[in-house]
Amino acid sequence: MTATLTKATPTMAARTKVLQRQGAAVALVLMVAVSWLVFPRFGSLDNLRDLALQGSFLAVIAIGMTFVIITGGIDLSVGSVYALGGVLAAWGSQYGFLVALALPLVVCGLIGLINGLLIARTNMAPFIVTLASLLFARGLLLVITDEGANTYQIPADSAFVELGRGTVFGFGYPIFVAAVLAVLGGMVLNRTNFGQNVFATGGAEQSAVLLGVPVAKTKVLVYTMSGTLAGLAGALTAAYLQSGVTVIGVGLELDAIAVVVIGGTLLTGGMGTVLGTVIGVGLIKVIQNVINQIGTLDSNYQSVVSGVFLLIVVVLQRILRR
Amino acid sequence: MPTEIPSSPVIEVAGVTKTFAGVQALRDVDFTLQRGEIHALVGENGAGKSTLIKVLTGIHTPDAGRITRDGHISTIYQEVNLVPLMSVSANLFLGREPRNRFGLIDRARRDADAAELLRGYGITADVSSPLGTLAVGEQQMVALARAVAAEADVVIMDEPTSSLEPREVETLLGVVQKLHEEGIAIIYVSHRMDELYRICDTVTVLRDGVNVHSGPLKELPRIELVSLMLGRSVKEIENHGTTAFGEDHHADAEPVLEATGLTSKPRINGVSVAIRPGEVVGLAGLLGSGRTETAKAIIGALPIDGGTVLVAGTPVPRTVKAATRAGISMLAEDRKTEGIIPNLSVRENIVLAALPRLSRFGVTSRSKQDRIVDTFIKRLRIKVSSPEQKVAELSGGNQQKVLLARWLCTEPRILLLDEPTRGIDVGAKAEVQALIDELAREGLAVLLISSELDELLDGADRLVVLRDGSVAGELEGDQLTREHVLKAIAAEVTDDSDHASTH
Repeated sequence: MTATLTKATPTMAARTKVLQRQGAAVALVLMVAVSWLVFPRFGSLDNLRDLALQGSFLAVIAIGMTFVIITGGIDLSVGSVYALGGVLAAWGSQYGFLVALALPLVVCGLIGLINGLLIARTNMAPFIVTLASLLFARGLLLVITDEGANTYQIPADSAFVELGRGTVFGFGYPIFVAAVLAVLGGMVLNRTNFGQNVFATGGAEQSAVLLGVPVAKTKVLVYTMSGTLAGLAGALTAAYLQSGVTVIGVGLELDAIAVVVIGGTLLTGGMGTVLGTVIGVGLIKVIQNVINQIGTLDSNYQSVVSGVFLLIVVVLQRILRR
Repeated sequence: MPTEIPSSPVIEVAGVTKTFAGVQALRDVDFTLQRGEIHALVGENGAGKSTLIKVLTGIHTPDAGRITRDGHISTIYQEVNLVPLMSVSANLFLGREPRNRFGLIDRARRDADAAELLRGYGITADVSSPLGTLAVGEQQMVALARAVAAEADVVIMDEPTSSLEPREVETLLGVVQKLHEEGIAIIYVSHRMDELYRICDTVTVLRDGVNVHSGPLKELPRIELVSLMLGRSVKEIENHGTTAFGEDHHADAEPVLEATGLTSKPRINGVSVAIRPGEVVGLAGLLGSGRTETAKAIIGALPIDGGTVLVAGTPVPRTVKAATRAGISMLAEDRKTEGIIPNLSVRENIVLAALPRLSRFGVTSRSKQDRIVDTFIKRLRIKVSSPEQKVAELSGGNQQKVLLARWLCTEPRILLLDEPTRGIDVGAKAEVQALIDELAREGLAVLLISSELDELLDGADRLVVLRDGSVAGELEGDQLTREHVLKAIAAEVTDDSDHASTH
């Protein structure tokens, strides 16, 4: 029995791997191909540039979320932290480019660090800890903006605006930032000791401890990373919008989780890829874009379709793991 | 060979004492591990073996005493402590991955090194596939390879064979022998006498945190070793056997359970078993021969392609609920995943299966529950501080008794026991075996599945031997010997099965 098991499982695993990793990619290619044919405007360079730019902010957050989820955790605070990062960047821009960029990274990184320390040292559930910091960050944001009445503007001639609005061949800088981070993230995950620790922590925490993996340190690092990246996404958004908009980012953490899972990362941890996450972002953004193209369709259908998609992926993961 | 090696201890422990919350886990223990020897560490659960290992590896600091280590120690544990979702090679080199000149992990070299290393252990599986896709034995071997590749001078093995098949045990013991030849010292913890006597040079026996014996193993008769572990005299054990298992049961003539032609492809094929009240029927066979599947088919937990189950002559519908109502109960093999609910109390765990019977309109009577639970705790001699203690806090043996109590309070007529004594210590094992005897004497029909041949030979009145999902022979009376069973398992059964069927 065991002999047949050992023979059967590798092909099963291979199939699972292909479907999990390539499933989203296949869906993305199909979606793009169909949209290209059906909607003439979809394939226009302008639309594709816009699509990539829209996706880049979410991608930056989702890369951090990928690491967190692979360790078996979750970070609910990123939506609030993202908004906070934007406001801090806008406020800081009056003191120059460096402050505008560094302030959100440091503050949001600190929130992530505190998340990580609480989760790793006290063994509290990530869900609760990051739910608390979701409320905390949103509250802090409202305090410094006088309950949102005060929207900090970034001077149009500031160098910081360039970070959000500058382009190369028409493609916005944030796209390149996200791309570089994705490549770096993939490399860190698969080719560094820290990356292996991330997998081990989420795959079997008890074993990881016995194998000498610094589990606590790894957790602290992934949450710090997630917070910092959310702050960076916020800063990029502020630069792009030329102001620290206070009402953005509500529920964004759920979008981030959704794209990570659609990209094939196991919500239970131990398995996942950054590339999958990027594909997940692409898929969600293409769906949104197409629904906008239809025009007559209520834009709330975006959420309906995304939800159905997520459900399909999770059900597939469940079936394939048997 | 070990005697030729000049005495040079690689680990020396003198007068070590360790106390946890007022309980002395180790008392003034001396322990010496010589370079290159295989040292058996034995004792009942709770005797202090794990504590001693943790003191040796430095996880625990002793309250008193001195430890001298002269080398690097690696430990492999009973359960494979690796990461199933990560690749075999990633597991093997976690924490010391080969790097390329940019400081990044060199995956190609990691895979190549891993394949090379594992070939020495007889594993040819794809090292880039997830570890979880390997058989348990192979996983255990990867853990061993990892431990050894860390250039250990000492390898501590805590019950490494408890979840392995016989074939895998052979491979593992072969590897142990090879390590021994390379001069690596090994501390080998196991309950299995055969293994100990095959490979170990020396033995240390712990009892209640005290080292009661250290010395060469070969000169120590088995019965002496058991008496040292249990703290009972040799005479006592000779009179009652090490297990006190298998007193005569008085079986009625008519079978209470008749399972005929059970087939569930590809696992089992036409298996028939009949058990009379008061009889213990053993189900023997190798792992994967269809023992567990047969039991599951009887209780209706496995969909079948053919076959019938009769209880007292009446056909039982093919659902667990119906089977339970007809009086069949099953104690599953893996109590961690299929039985015990660790965070519930002993009381809650016991009454779980009987709740429907104890309740009226969904409301259960607490006093009725308490009465039943008290009865069983006394009767099965379950050691608990109170019925409200969490099951997770009990020892393996007592957890098993709690499960047994759970099924007994449904008042079954037929009890299917799948490996009831696996993973529990010698003392508790004897008690569980005694209980099975008692239950049979009271008229229960018992189907006993066990990987331990001695347990089956001692405990069962009749043996049904399975091979590849079919009955390979039925043995009783004089035929209940090791040779007969092994022959039946090994397929040399032509005479014996003829012989058996004439009975």
